[in-house]
Amino acid sequence: MDKNKIQEKIMEKTLLIIALLSILAIVLIIGFIFLEGFPAIQEIGFFQFMLGMDWSPKKDIFGVFPMIIGTLLTTIIALIIAIPLSIGCAIFLTEYAPENMKKILKPTIQSLAGIPSVIYGFVGLVLLVPFLRSTFGGTGFNVLGASIILAIMILPTIISISEDALLAIPKSFTEASYGLGATKWQTIYKILLPAALPGLITAIILGMGRAIGETMAVIMIAGNVVEIPGSIFEPVRTLTANIAIEMGYAINLHYNALFATGIILLIIIMILLVIANYIEHKKKLSVGGGEL
Amino acid sequence: MSIITPKKTNDIAKSIFWLIGIITIVILIIIIGYIVVKGLPVISLEFLLSSPKESGAAGGIFPMIISTIYVTFFAVLIATPLGVGSAIYLTEYAGDNIVVRIIKFASEALASLPSIIFGLFGLAFFVVFLNLGWCVLSASLTLALMAMPTIMRTAENSINAVPQSYKEGSYGMGASKWQTIINVTLPAALPGIVTGIILGMARAIEETAAIMYTVGASIAAPITIFDPARPLPLHLYILATEGISIDNAFGTALVLIVIILIITISTNVIVERYQKKMMGE
Repeated sequence: MDKNKIQEKIMEKTLLIIALLSILAIVLIIGFIFLEGFPAIQEIGFFQFMLGMDWSPKKDIFGVFPMIIGTLLTTIIALIIAIPLSIGCAIFLTEYAPENMKKILKPTIQSLAGIPSVIYGFVGLVLLVPFLRSTFGGTGFNVLGASIILAIMILPTIISISEDALLAIPKSFTEASYGLGATKWQTIYKILLPAALPGLITAIILGMGRAIGETMAVIMIAGNVVEIPGSIFEPVRTLTANIAIEMGYAINLHYNALFATGIILLIIIMILLVIANYIEHKKKLSVGGGEL
Repeated sequence: MSIITPKKTNDIAKSIFWLIGIITIVILIIIIGYIVVKGLPVISLEFLLSSPKESGAAGGIFPMIISTIYVTFFAVLIATPLGVGSAIYLTEYAGDNIVVRIIKFASEALASLPSIIFGLFGLAFFVVFLNLGWCVLSASLTLALMAMPTIMRTAENSINAVPQSYKEGSYGMGASKWQTIINVTLPAALPGIVTGIILGMARAIEETAAIMYTVGASIAAPITIFDPARPLPLHLYILATEGISIDNAFGTALVLIVIILIITISTNVIVERYQKKMMGE
């Protein structure tokens, strides 16, 4: 009996330590990125670094402003393409698709989620870039191509979370609408979408996070020139691409400056995570509060 | 009043939603179809079982397949006990307190970090700080951190889904908590836990950015875990962007995509069987 009790205690403590490792991991990751990146921000100067237009490691000049714009631009255009497609697809799945269509579409979305980023980049490189080159001229490596591939990559994320949000709407909502003589589209537009809005926004934010953090696909098709693109047909370099391209040969201040780029990325992702959590939290409160 | 009646709008909406659904399927068909058509002629037993020559322009991808298996195996080996252990603690031992909420938030944050951040961390911590160098172990440890939240969340859900009556039956027979977990809860939750491990594995196999600067890029097959390696996705990236050989890049892409699709399909089969079994009871 006593031996059992001791064993029980040991197991509980061991499991607690294992569970605490997640916290240790995130603290170590954030800690090390800041530790390696902070010296660069100190040496270069915060504003010089954030707002500098020039990035020339050979001259020890490091400004990430074009990359911040690059990341925002590719992400926003990717969202413009992905939002209607993915939320449309979620609506199709929950409201229109017959059983056999669902049986095809669900594994399709799963497979799209499973395809490695480097394959998306590769398909972009061999299919999309030549297409853009022959259609719009230039090299074909540009903002539009990167955004299209990013949009495809975030489809599964937005679709599956939106689908859950739509399914969570009580049947009585839509039935009441049909009862009043509304058509299916009117019901979707006036009842379903507004009711599911918090969930849909969470879905979009998580998709956005994925687009901002994507590296491999973007470096293979965006052209990676450090300049603020004048149009969507010009090349662009994102924050992630900046790190991945140059880390192989970076030393000293350059090395630290790349970690500092990582700090910016980390902060953006954390802000998105907090917003997504806040919306989830509010949603729970409003439903739990008996608003129905 | 207007010519566009609600009925008409309704019909238009319906066809647009159908179109969107079909577009999604077409996108997948184009991506996979293109790689299969271009990659299939490259694939042969020799391509799969020989070493690359002229830095990948000729020869096969055998060392890369070995690298991928090696790196993934150790990543899963490290991540599984950690992920499942955390899940057991959260579901069976912890109540709802501040520590648990922080653990859950940390795991969620870990799951949403971009892979390049893991790559930076792996380089700064495992390669440089712990002085492991560019090797299989550094890459596996980095990937284990990425796979851990996936395994943890899936295990948590499947342990939670085990009916309370199972556990009560075990307690009723005088079993201790730990005995109940080992003999009743975990076996009942096993299919779900396996699904989580497979998903974590998939994440480790497809990852490129996180291993670029932790695994080295050696073209020779790794012997020990302290040797550098070059997993398939990294090989594909190097072949494609350095313009070494587009044909071999297609072959590598096909192998990679087949591995991932097999994993996706097998998880579906496991989940389906599991659900049938649970419904049957």
